[in-house]
Amino acid sequence: MTAPCSPATTIIGLEVHVQLLTETKIFCGCLNRFNPEEPNVQTCPVCLGLPGALPVMNRRALELAIRAGLALSGTIAGTTKWDRKQYYYPDLPKAYQISQFDLPFCDGGWMDVDDADDGDETQASRIRLIRVHLEEDAGKNLHDETQRGRDSRIDLNRAGTPLLEIVSEPDLRSAAQSRRYLEEMRLLMVYLGVSDCNMQEGSLRCDANINLELVNDDGVAIRTPIVEIKNLNSFRGVEAALEYEIGRQRQEFAECGGVYADSEKQTRGWDADRGVTFAQRGKEDAADYRYFPDPDLVPVQIAAEWIEELRTGLCELPAARRQRLVDDLKLSRYDASVIIDQGRDLADYFEAVAQRCGDPKRAANWVTQDVLRELNDRGQAIGDFAIDADGLAAILARIASGDLTTRSAREVFTALLDDDPEGEQVTVEARIDEIISDRGLATIADSGALEPLIDAVIERNPQAAADFRGGKQAAIGKLIGEVMREAKGADPQSVRAALIERLSS
Amino acid sequence: MATALESSATLLDQLTDGQTTSLRLTQDCLDRIAAHDTAIGAFLHVDSEPALAAAAAIDRRREAGEPLGLLAGLPVAVKDVLATRGQPTTCASRMLQGWVPPYDAHVVERLRRADAVLIGKTNMDEFAMGSTTENSAFGPTRTPWRLDCAAGGSSGGSAAAVAAGMAPLAVGSDTGGSIRQPASFCGVVGLKPTYGRVSRYGLVAFASSLDQVGPFSGDVRGAALLLEVLADHDPRDATCADEPVPAYRDQLERPLDALRVGICRDHFTEGLDKDVDEAVEAAIDVYRRLGAEIHDIQLPHARFAVACYYLVAPSEASSNLARYDGVHYGARSDDYDGLVDMYCRSRGEAFGAEVKRRIMLGTYALSAGYYDAFYLKAQKVRRLIQQDYQQAFTSVDVIASPVAPTPAIPLGSLVSDPLQMYLADTYTISANLAGLPGLSLPAGFSDDGRPIGLQLLAPPFQESRLLQAAAMHERETQWHLRRPPLAEDSS
Ligand SMILES: [Zn+2]
Repeated sequence: MTAPCSPATTIIGLEVHVQLLTETKIFCGCLNRFNPEEPNVQTCPVCLGLPGALPVMNRRALELAIRAGLALSGTIAGTTKWDRKQYYYPDLPKAYQISQFDLPFCDGGWMDVDDADDGDETQASRIRLIRVHLEEDAGKNLHDETQRGRDSRIDLNRAGTPLLEIVSEPDLRSAAQSRRYLEEMRLLMVYLGVSDCNMQEGSLRCDANINLELVNDDGVAIRTPIVEIKNLNSFRGVEAALEYEIGRQRQEFAECGGVYADSEKQTRGWDADRGVTFAQRGKEDAADYRYFPDPDLVPVQIAAEWIEELRTGLCELPAARRQRLVDDLKLSRYDASVIIDQGRDLADYFEAVAQRCGDPKRAANWVTQDVLRELNDRGQAIGDFAIDADGLAAILARIASGDLTTRSAREVFTALLDDDPEGEQVTVEARIDEIISDRGLATIADSGALEPLIDAVIERNPQAAADFRGGKQAAIGKLIGEVMREAKGADPQSVRAALIERLSS
Repeated sequence: MATALESSATLLDQLTDGQTTSLRLTQDCLDRIAAHDTAIGAFLHVDSEPALAAAAAIDRRREAGEPLGLLAGLPVAVKDVLATRGQPTTCASRMLQGWVPPYDAHVVERLRRADAVLIGKTNMDEFAMGSTTENSAFGPTRTPWRLDCAAGGSSGGSAAAVAAGMAPLAVGSDTGGSIRQPASFCGVVGLKPTYGRVSRYGLVAFASSLDQVGPFSGDVRGAALLLEVLADHDPRDATCADEPVPAYRDQLERPLDALRVGICRDHFTEGLDKDVDEAVEAAIDVYRRLGAEIHDIQLPHARFAVACYYLVAPSEASSNLARYDGVHYGARSDDYDGLVDMYCRSRGEAFGAEVKRRIMLGTYALSAGYYDAFYLKAQKVRRLIQQDYQQAFTSVDVIASPVAPTPAIPLGSLVSDPLQMYLADTYTISANLAGLPGLSLPAGFSDDGRPIGLQLLAPPFQESRLLQAAAMHERETQWHLRRPPLAEDSS
């Protein structure tokens, strides 16, 4: 007895497109900026594909691409070249895209993706890459959405934007893992400063190839035909489209029993509104791109010294940094991931705070909870945050030294956040002192200052005092709470000690 | 009176010492165009008013004692394959009829800066594909020597314009002989520079790895002068060489000592017209008399050149011409149903037969399953041809040969036989495949009065040597002083 359509293996490979953050386009001097409001202003004869215009490679685009290739552990080619990929589409003014066919600038490589997103026992999967190559982006067709047959329009501002294509092996095994791969890719590219990976603006896009290996009624493992889902432009979209496609392929398999009339690769689109993939074109239009070396561009020699220089100049990569936070700063894997996944600026902020306050664990708690909550509430980036690393480190240092309770520290934190940024400029230390003294938050550690308060509280709560004296340890909690409310800067440990001493006397 | 029939050097002298003005010279060219171009068909666009205005402005600057550029008011005709800001650039195709580029080709910028007077755009085979200018969508160009014969091509208009005195200098482009062959048919000097010597920026591409811009002139000195203006390192063309540009004219009078002239005997076999054979042999005798050594050389792969060329060039052309899709500029069919139909009809209606033929050849050669056997193999053969020349130039300084198997051919004689038309490129295309500089210079006439050219080839970036060798022949023969009867009539 075999289970029909028993779940077996999901096989996914992603082609990720990343727009590079160059000043100018890849083959001309036009500005490389997202600018949908003013169509066709960032254009010239070259990116308009006018007769006679010629491309010249932007070396900066290659530099960013090599940095990305190195960060992905790929092998950078000593010689690379440009090829024409030919197809007709209105957003492609030359009717060919300058791309790289058989000699991409980067071969192989890999990226590790954590298998689960919590716990310290996380395992990582290594997703191998086939290649990384560089190409020019196309323009954008603006279709009339009213369906009233009006003309479509074309915006070529985007035409010629440098675009990195990162092609993975079919090593991904689930929709969720594919999403994590894409998230990790985005993080890496942003860390490297090679792209802003702004998915709304299309600077990170992805095509997914997916099929399943399923077992038929006779126990024979059969692979479903590969489906390429084009133009996924959100993390949720990638995951949802792949989940949908897994279900669809399984269903189709159940219906046909693994006997396909057509086993050719199929291209499907993703309709995010309806949450379905849909057939885009059949194999009868299967494109022959007629690749050939672009005679307008010369082969590119990449000097080994240059590669080494770029390799040396790479920043610490997110995966390594995450590991260091765990190994050296003794953070939990979860905290380390939360910090690293927020991007380089937040990680830098955290490390500065950790180093200056001397307590990475406390710094991690504050950054992952208080700071992130405030950033989310305010819709701010860490760079715009009112409390800089020195400020937070100063607050945390005072907790460590016993000058502030955690609760009072939160009040100082909130007060600093509410400070008028245009207000009088004083050092953060001075400002913290000010807040502490204004609000009476200084820790009252000496029992002399506490004594009158303790006496008054005991007097007001005779029952609780009697219960404690009678052996009910828990009764002291109520008394501590009251003292603490009265003495803002009091340290709960000192209060407890003083109360016990008083009640025991 | 100074006319554009004079040499450019003479005209520059006359302009300098005030015997003539740029305005008068320009007007003389315009008059000749008005008188003869209906018959010849050299121009697709005559830019009369702007040319006269530019000439007058240059004259004023000369009077004011301002320094002028190298061309200092000489009219120059430009092949309609080069982008000219504000002037139509059609490539003699309905596809680009009415298209006015928003930018100047690099060489057009250079011409303007050198104070050339851009007099108009010259006729050509559509997108430079052809050898007679009969593939122009706007009518053929006839050689001023014989109005029933073709001016050659594809730069037939530029060659004819110089021969007829409609401009003392003209610019053409050469992908497989398109400067040298019409120069031969029209009895003028034409030079195809080394690939990379002149920027291709703004040269509407036919076959990018073969195309090169070059000068036409009535004499060698004029070609040297115009090449000095055109040649330049242009960072906008990645294939443009960063090589210093010699002052070509300074070397001209100096004969080359112990010149070694290479002859490939395979060039003088069946299919070569008797008059051409005799003229070329006579030219070689001239060099022999001047003390040159004549050496036989071997070019073992030359016999594959036509086949190789007609794979490489159409392949690149099929890609370069894909952009003419009716979407962004150029012709769009009036009547279509949907996007694909718009592509098909626009291209089907606006391209001529030869362009379509080459697009189909090239598309086929680049198709999956055929690429290795055609395009890739052609590239290998191309390297072998290059090596043949490298080898040959170890023992000779220049290689002499016919330019074309015949003098100017009667209009219509080959239009229905494209293969014969392609085979007639046999002497010129190797220079493009190997990237070498080549020059065609007047070397006599057929019995019935059609001009015959001699081709000289030199190693890469040896344009100076080529011009010096040509000047040696020119001084001895003076063929270049003959003018077509038609042109003399109106002076
Ligand atoms: Zn541009």
